[in-house]
Amino acid sequence: MFTDLQRNFSNALLDPDHVVPSGVTARTAAATERFAIYRNNVIVGLVGALRSRFPAVEKIVGVDYFAAVARVFVSGHPPRSPVLLEYGDDFAAFLERFEPAREIPYLPDVARIESARVRAYHAADDTACDASGLVSVAPDRLPATRLILRDAVAVVRSVHPVVTIWAMNSGERPVEEIVNWAGECALIVRPGRDVVVRQIDGGAASFIAALRRGESLGVAVESALADDTDFNTTQAVADLFAHHLVASIETDTAGSIQ
Amino acid sequence: MSVQSVNLALAGSVAAAVALVPLAVSAQGMQKDAEKEKCYGVSLKGQNDCAAGPGTTCAGTSKVDYQGNAWKYVAKGTCTTMKTPGGMGSLEPTKS
Amino acid sequence: MTGLPRAAGATFKTEHFSDIRAARQPVGFFEVHAENYMGAGGSAHAELASLRDDYALSIHGVGLSIGSAGPLDREHLARVKALCARHEPDSFSEHLAWSTHDSAYFNDLLPLPYTEETLARVIAHVDEVQTALGRRMLLENPATYVVFAESDIPETVFLEEIARRTGCGLLLDVNNVFVSAVNHQTDARAYLSAFPLERVGEIHLAGHDEAEDANGDKVLIDAHGSPVSDPVWTLYTEVIARTGPVPTLVEWDNDVPSWEVLKREARLAQAVLDAAERKAA
Repeated sequence: MFTDLQRNFSNALLDPDHVVPSGVTARTAAATERFAIYRNNVIVGLVGALRSRFPAVEKIVGVDYFAAVARVFVSGHPPRSPVLLEYGDDFAAFLERFEPAREIPYLPDVARIESARVRAYHAADDTACDASGLVSVAPDRLPATRLILRDAVAVVRSVHPVVTIWAMNSGERPVEEIVNWAGECALIVRPGRDVVVRQIDGGAASFIAALRRGESLGVAVESALADDTDFNTTQAVADLFAHHLVASIETDTAGSIQ
Repeated sequence: MSVQSVNLALAGSVAAAVALVPLAVSAQGMQKDAEKEKCYGVSLKGQNDCAAGPGTTCAGTSKVDYQGNAWKYVAKGTCTTMKTPGGMGSLEPTKS
Repeated sequence: MTGLPRAAGATFKTEHFSDIRAARQPVGFFEVHAENYMGAGGSAHAELASLRDDYALSIHGVGLSIGSAGPLDREHLARVKALCARHEPDSFSEHLAWSTHDSAYFNDLLPLPYTEETLARVIAHVDEVQTALGRRMLLENPATYVVFAESDIPETVFLEEIARRTGCGLLLDVNNVFVSAVNHQTDARAYLSAFPLERVGEIHLAGHDEAEDANGDKVLIDAHGSPVSDPVWTLYTEVIARTGPVPTLVEWDNDVPSWEVLKREARLAQAVLDAAERKAA
C-alpha cells in the first residue's frame, strides 16, 4: 500500500495530467492545489539545478526559453541520483536532439563546456607529474605508453567558435557579432582550485581527447595527425607537461611512473 | 604517415618535448601557473540547495506541452547578437 | 546529544567563504547539505576542511529518502558514510521525508502517511543509517502541504516512537512546525507541547513564503529565502525557555543574502540562547 502510494505520488509529480493520488487531502484547499506545491518544488528545484550548471546556455537563449527547455529535459530525465552536481551530464546531448534548439547549432557545445567545468570543479585533488618518467622509457616502448590525464581534464571540439561564444556569455568578453566564424576547441583544466577554459588548436584537441579516452601515445598522435597534418607532436607533448595535465605515465609492462 | 614512421618520429618528438619542459614540477611552480592563467568560474555554487521550496505554485501546474510539434518559445538571449554565418536557421551539423 | 555547541550556527554557502574566513565569526557551527559535497575533490571539500579547522560542523542530508517505501539507496548511504569519515562532522541529520522512487530523485522533501506500516519502515531505515555510519543521527520534522487520509498516528508521536525505538535524536525545525500548522489549520503550540523536546539535539530556524490559496486561505511555503518570521521567533523563544540552550541553526538556501545579513540572523538566535542561559544561572 505504502509502495503504491509513493508510485502514484511520483507519477503525479512530473505529469500535471496525472490525478492526485487518492488519500492525499488538504483540510482547507483542494488537494490538487496543495499537491501543485510539490510539483512546483520538484520542477523549479531541478530547473534551478540546471540553471546553476548552464548559465551561459541560459544567457544565449534567454530566461524563459531556458526554463521551458529545462522543463522538457527535467520531465523526461529526472535525476537518477541525489547528487545534483552531476545532474545535466546528458543535457548537451538532449539539446542536440531537441528540434526547436537546432536553430542555435552551437548550443550543445556551449553546454558541453559548462558541463565539463562543473565536473572539473569537483574533480579529484590529484597532482601533476613531470616529464622525467618519459626519459627512462625505451624508444620502442613509447607508442604503447599511456599518459594518464588528471581527473579534471576535458576537451570540447566544435565546428563553431564555441570558446569565444562561451566567453562572451560568461562575462569574460563583450557580446558582439562574431566576424570570423570558425571552429574552436576548448581545453578544460583545473591547475589549482580554479577551473580554467583555454582555447587549443584542433590537432592538440584530438591528441588530448584520445589520451582522455585512454588511448596510447602512438594512437593519440595518429589521431591528431589525421585531424591536422601540421600537428606538432613535440609541442603537444611539451604542453601537456607545461600545463600540468598529466597525472602519471604508464608503460605497457612496467606499470605506473609517478 | 605510416604507423611505423609515426612511431619512429614519436621517439624524437618526445625526447625534444622532455627537453622543452622543466622536469621538476614543484607545487610552487604550479601555483604560479594557476595565478598567471585567466581563471573562469570561481563562483560555482552548490546544486542541492533547492530542497526547500521556491515559493510559488505556477510552474508545477502548467503542462509541458512540447511533443515535437508545439514549441511556442523564441530564444531571446544573446543568440540574437551572435548570428551564425547561415543566420539563425543554420542547420550545420555539430561535431564534438 | 551531538557534538555541536549549544550556540547559534548558520548555513554555509560557498559565496560567503572569504567573508567568513576574514575574521573569527560569532557562530558556534556551520551546517552544509551533504549532497553538495559528494564530488571527489576541489574547492568544495577544501572550504569545508578549512571551516572544520575552526568551527563545529553539522552535515545535513537531503537525499537519503528515509521515508521511502522501498529500500534505501545503498550507494548513496556509502557516499554519506565516506563524507562523514572525511570531514568528521559533530552531527549528521536527515529528514522524515522521501525524495527517491524507483531510482528517480525528485529533489524535494516529500510527505508520508503516519501509520504502523510506515513507522516500521522508517525505523528500519534509521537503524540502517545509524548502523552504516556508526553514529547516532538526528531526524527532522517536515513542513507539509497535504495530509493523508490514512494517517492515524500524530506526527509528534510518530517521531517520538522512531527516537525511542532507534535511539536517534530529533531535529526540531520550528519554522516547519509553524508552516505545517498554518497549512493544516492546527495549533503550533499544541504541537510543540506534545513534541518530545528531551530528544532534540538541534533546532532549525528559517524564513518562509506566504501565499493564498483559491479559497483565500493563507498557505505557507518552506522557502528558506527570507529572514525568520516573528511568530517563529516567538515559538522558538518559548521552546528554549523550556529546554534551555540547544544548538540552533539559521538556514538560508534561496536568494542567499550577504554574510552580514545571515550573521545578523544567527546573532538573534544567539541572543535567545544567551537569555535562557542567564535565566538558568
